[in-house]
Amino acid sequence: MDNPGLMNRMEGSDAAAVQRALAGDRDAFRVLVDRHSRSLFRLAFRMTGNEHDAEEVVQETFLRAYRRLSKFESRANFGTWLYRIGINCSLDFRRSRMRHEEHREPDDAEGNPAVQQLASEAPAPDRVVFSGQVGARVEQAMSELSDVERSAFVLRHFEGLSIEEIGKALGLRVSATKNSIFRAVQKLRRALEPMVSTTR
Amino acid sequence: MNHLNEEQLILYHYGEEAYREAAERRAASEHLAACDNCRASYAALQRVLAAVDAAPVPERAEEYGSEVWARLRPRLEGAPGKESLRGWNWWLAPQRWALAGAMAVLLIVAFFVGRVTREEPPTSAAISPQARERILMVAVGEHLERSQMVLVELSNAPSNGKVDISSEQHMASELVGENRLYRQTAMNAGEAGVASVLDELERVLVEVANSPSEVSSKQMESLRKRIESQGILFKVRVIGSEVRERAKPAQQDAAPQPAAEPAKKST
Repeated sequence: MDNPGLMNRMEGSDAAAVQRALAGDRDAFRVLVDRHSRSLFRLAFRMTGNEHDAEEVVQETFLRAYRRLSKFESRANFGTWLYRIGINCSLDFRRSRMRHEEHREPDDAEGNPAVQQLASEAPAPDRVVFSGQVGARVEQAMSELSDVERSAFVLRHFEGLSIEEIGKALGLRVSATKNSIFRAVQKLRRALEPMVSTTR
Repeated sequence: MNHLNEEQLILYHYGEEAYREAAERRAASEHLAACDNCRASYAALQRVLAAVDAAPVPERAEEYGSEVWARLRPRLEGAPGKESLRGWNWWLAPQRWALAGAMAVLLIVAFFVGRVTREEPPTSAAISPQARERILMVAVGEHLERSQMVLVELSNAPSNGKVDISSEQHMASELVGENRLYRQTAMNAGEAGVASVLDELERVLVEVANSPSEVSSKQMESLRKRIESQGILFKVRVIGSEVRERAKPAQQDAAPQPAAEPAKKST
């Protein structure tokens, strides 16, 4: 979470908004959407590495949250609960994207030029231009992390969640959470160190 | 103090439990100040993590929450927290009726194709898998052409003041149902490339269908950017021209053969 202090202050009003939404006030759910959309988008983008998928993840996360709202415990942190759903949606998206890519390969091998052209667009040209060489290498390195490693790293490094909170969000023990973060950082070091040491 | 290994450096960097206590943290800091090896290793770690931070993340505007809500609201059925209430509301939504209509059309086509296949001698006039594939390609080609028209209209819409997109919105709503069917059919037929583009197209069509019928210049711009950033128009054109190419022999395979056969028999 980008600003944990602010998030804590918001938490009280989040719980109240959840209560109102459960009582039938649909606009109360809108308050939650307004409040959490941008941070959820950033999380989803870092998880999926793709702007379009991140947009879909945001939609799907709020949809799932709405349907499961009665399962939210008022003593819990709404942001963390929502992030947990967001992480699961992102992982679902990544998996379905990977399945899609697997299906696409045989077509490419058969020499379908139009499909080949589309497949070679990953990452999309605008993303490459936008992110530049460092961004593209980071994206590549991130894409080589396992689902758990990527999730744990994103939540620790970008969102500032504690190891305990990450463990709770991902359903991992503290030691497993730590190990996931260690492995993620080690892989990123291996992939990026040669580049950052030459660009100093 | 002993040298800090990589894991300890990571925990130190993130201020984790072992280094939350002032004394522990100070001891590690003092060691880093005194030890060239550990300092170099820590500096390397910081450089890598700084590079990770440098990877850009697209920012969303203040009103992003409202945009999310506008797309989300039509999808919120029933009371919150009641997943099981989805049933009837889902089936009664107008888009579902459009989808049901399209499915009915497909069933009729399938029935018709089945009849044609049964009535003809299997060796000469049964529709081959290739011909069926081409029939699908013809239908998908037409669908892509109509979708392309909607996207082009939106891309060229004026960008000042309020813009009425009700006709594009209406067309997009109709296309969404068809798109789902074609995507599913393409998937089942192993046309992963076509299915993938249809998948992307569907998301844009859903967005257009769920937009207000009159949009502000800002909303219009965001819609246009969405179309452009995905390169969807380009992909639709590429796949559209490819499927039309593949559909070309469809008339020879599917239509004229059954009509020509009886004439030969009578002579």
